[in-house]
Amino acid sequence: MKARVHIMLKTGVLDPQGEAVRHALGSLGFDGVNSVRQGKVIELDLADGTDEATINDMCERLLANTVIESYRVEIL
Amino acid sequence: MHAAVVVFPGSNCDRDLAVALQRAGARVTMVWHKDTALPQGVDLIAIPGGFSFGDYLRCGAIAANSPISQSVKAHAEKGGYVLGVCNGFQILTETRVLPGTLLRNAGLKYICRPVDLTVTTAGSPFTCRYEAGQTITVPIAHHDGNYHADSDTLAALADQDRIAFRYVRNPNGSVDDIAGILSENRRVLGMMPHPERMAEPAHGGTDGAAMFAGLVDQLANA
Repeated sequence: MKARVHIMLKTGVLDPQGEAVRHALGSLGFDGVNSVRQGKVIELDLADGTDEATINDMCERLLANTVIESYRVEIL
Repeated sequence: MHAAVVVFPGSNCDRDLAVALQRAGARVTMVWHKDTALPQGVDLIAIPGGFSFGDYLRCGAIAANSPISQSVKAHAEKGGYVLGVCNGFQILTETRVLPGTLLRNAGLKYICRPVDLTVTTAGSPFTCRYEAGQTITVPIAHHDGNYHADSDTLAALADQDRIAFRYVRNPNGSVDDIAGILSENRRVLGMMPHPERMAEPAHGGTDGAAMFAGLVDQLANA
């Protein structure tokens, strides 16, 4: 089975990389980009039957830093 | 005073840190990250700067799950002394020994240059040889040194006098100009600037030496 973990900075945490991307889009002429937030996606190839609680545990202990990041698990 | 310097794959300030401690009079043992136990009778654990595990995932995240990191955490929890410099600070936040985290520099650039710091408190074994309010010059060398913590954590750090150093001119966007913080029991210090790189005249300055001298002095009598 496969799972995809989406990790984003929490609301209120400044994202300097997203801000730089927003500026770059502006200089390419794309008007009206109000904000950009950059996150990451991690794909996991897992033993069949791995439960969502185990994947959440992986996120809590390693994949995300919950001080600044939130995560969402998608089972594929 | 017996210090252990932890070495991860990608650490690159481990020998500098060991030399600074030795020059101050400490006995130093290097400890590889796959070791699970610390040497008997260690007074101080020093976690050096560098790019442990290539900064993959997040700076310090993989190192925080190395076998030795559990021992570092246990050492801190039972009241042991720990110093984390640069990547060492990042590792201490990832292990949650210290609160908050280090984000990408606000200007997105890697910055490597001497900066002025204000010693915010002299009330710790790390800063006892400085005076509160004193300005010292110590180099920084980091891409992810932008300290971030929620408002409750920041209030606690300020109320408990746990901000050890502040930048005089904030180079990286750190909240409240924070360059280094102490644990609640004041025995763990994490800081982004490198005192070990300003510890002997050949470095161009010796402002960092007082930290190691103070530590050796305090821990020898502890």
